Amino acid sequence: MATQNLRHALFCAVVTLVISYPILGLNLEAWGTNVVLTGANTTTVISVLLAAVAVFLFQLFRDRIMGTLGKLPPISPFANREPMPQAKWERLKSAFLTLLIIAGLIWPFVASRGAVDLSTLVLIYIMLALGLNVVVGLAGLLDLGYVAFYAVGAYTFALLSQYFGVSFWLALPIGALLAATFGFLLGFPVLRLRGDYLAIVTLGFGEIIRILLNNWTQLTGGPNGIGGIPDPTLFGMEFGRRVREEGNTSFHETFGIAYSSEHKVIFLYLIALVLAVITALVIRRLMRMPVGRAWEALREDEIAARSLGLSRTAVKLSAFTIGAFFAGFAGTVFASKQGFISPESFVFLESAIILAIVVLGGMGSQIGVILAAIAVTILPELAREFSEYRMLIFGAAMVLMMVWRPQGLMPMRRTHIELKKQE
Amino acid sequence: MLEVKNLSMRFGGLLAVDQVSLDVQEREIVSIIGPNGAGKTTVFNCMSGFYKPTGGQIIFDGQEIQGKPDYRISRMGMVRTFQHVRLFGKMTVVENLLVAQHRHLNTNLISGLLKTPNYRKREQKSLDRAAYWLERVGLIDLANREAGNLAYGQQRRLEIARCMVTEPRLLMLDEPAAGLNPAETRDLNQLIVSLKEDYNVSVVLIEHDMSLVMEISDRINVINQGRPLASGTPEEVRNNDDVIKAYLGEA
Ligand SMILES: Nc1ncnc2c1ncn2[C@@H]1O[C@H](COP(=O)(O)OP(=O)(O)O)[C@@H](O)[C@H]1O
Ligand SMILES: [Mg+2]
Repeated sequence: MATQNLRHALFCAVVTLVISYPILGLNLEAWGTNVVLTGANTTTVISVLLAAVAVFLFQLFRDRIMGTLGKLPPISPFANREPMPQAKWERLKSAFLTLLIIAGLIWPFVASRGAVDLSTLVLIYIMLALGLNVVVGLAGLLDLGYVAFYAVGAYTFALLSQYFGVSFWLALPIGALLAATFGFLLGFPVLRLRGDYLAIVTLGFGEIIRILLNNWTQLTGGPNGIGGIPDPTLFGMEFGRRVREEGNTSFHETFGIAYSSEHKVIFLYLIALVLAVITALVIRRLMRMPVGRAWEALREDEIAARSLGLSRTAVKLSAFTIGAFFAGFAGTVFASKQGFISPESFVFLESAIILAIVVLGGMGSQIGVILAAIAVTILPELAREFSEYRMLIFGAAMVLMMVWRPQGLMPMRRTHIELKKQE
Repeated sequence: MLEVKNLSMRFGGLLAVDQVSLDVQEREIVSIIGPNGAGKTTVFNCMSGFYKPTGGQIIFDGQEIQGKPDYRISRMGMVRTFQHVRLFGKMTVVENLLVAQHRHLNTNLISGLLKTPNYRKREQKSLDRAAYWLERVGLIDLANREAGNLAYGQQRRLEIARCMVTEPRLLMLDEPAAGLNPAETRDLNQLIVSLKEDYNVSVVLIEHDMSLVMEISDRINVINQGRPLASGTPEEVRNNDDVIKAYLGEA
């Protein structure tokens, strides 16, 4: 056992050396017309050696390290406790959510403009993650191309406003419904695939949409994207300095206050907040409805579910479509917030981040997903200096989570329907 | 109401079911017996649409149903249980029964989201139906427990209740008495007879223990190594030479 461990640790250290030295240490430099290979300087060599030693030590004591890591107390105060009675848990959850919403309402009036803008982004990610949570967490379908539906929502609004002057409020339902339609059409042939195959096909679909947007230059502007996407209006009041559209009035003039670009930011934030709350409430309700139970039943035992007359395709399709619907919602808000969109915003990495939020939060758990969305969006902003290492930190966090709390920050707690005694 | 004609099922080189025929009339308990590996479960899997039979016909209510998807067959009123209990273990007992009534509750999304009175009425109705069947199989006190935590015999009864809330016309039970003690088996037999007499359900019953089915079956089909060996009333089967030979030869 011990020798085997030693051998394994040595092997890992050597691999570390072999891989990192050429990548970090060797440089190709142009000397006039020649290209010269220069070796590493001393600091690089030392850090590579240190890294190898660290890997060696970690692998040598791996079992012990992982063991203590697993025994660390959970971060969430609710985890691993005696299960609370359901009624109490529900009350606690409602109270927490209400507090969160109240805090969310006060926030824009105390925070800085940049902070509010970032919070809007957080809310968009919350919507996306809640939507994907239906697909992955509740229905158990691994969707790696979720960002496609987000793109459909965003581009729907951008194109409709560019070509037909459609406003945000009209585009919001259209974008969501169109995204849902895409979800339905894609889901139909694809959902008979299982597990890994489904993941690959959805991944492909996400890329196809992005490439299509990139190359259909006449319609979408290709990589240049679409700009000048209008802000939402409040009962026909615009938030810009000057009124863009005839018939509208401007917000600051109506109320006789000085123009401030902050009004628009706050208004967008509030819209995103309302939509995120609606998303959470609707999905919460769906979970308690027959559809929600069907998702769960199919995830738990597909054969039994089918033997009771549940059609696999129909049930999975409903989850896929509903998930896509909320992505379309989020996409419209995103387009309006940015004022400019391009295919750059809808790369695979976005799908991966949204999925990471769902997994980190605890599949199926709404509060967990909301907390994870906040963490994943805000932490990189706080650690701006480390932005180069963002992906590295992200990966490390994922690995740590999988070791430490594989079930996520707040694992899902089912809400049971209780049968009341009829006396 | 159900007629199976010359059913065959081949897995590669293995002919698991070979020309099996049987029929079930309204309000009848028909049993399929045979030693382990005889192909009984495979017959069920073909009847319930889990397998597409390689030969023969299955006719339910005058419609050919072989090769139809399983959920359609279930919706037509032919519902089954499994040899190894398949409950939704993390759901509560009553929720297991609600899932089964999915079809009765399948109103549109909007009315559910808005909790319209009509939706509430239907929801209450399915809860009532669930409560009724839980009472019937003696699980009402455990209604809010997780199904996975029930004792084995209770799980078996829950599985039957879960079939019954779908209001089937034909119930297929795959070794429902396996793993039950004698007292539980007696209760089960009473329950099955009552399903037929009080709820007008026909039952197809698989058992490999002969003595068990003798008292409640109207007719019995014996299969051995995939082939039909004998069929008839319990009396006829009991005295059939081939059956005696096959069973005594094995025992
Ligand atoms: N899906 C399958 N693939 C291959 N062979 C199978 C399959 N299902 C059943 N069999 C074979 O068919 C035969 C009959 O099995 P089964 O119907 O389960 O018997 P019984 O229920 O009567 O004990 C067995 O030999 C079994 O190995
Ligand atoms: Mg069997």
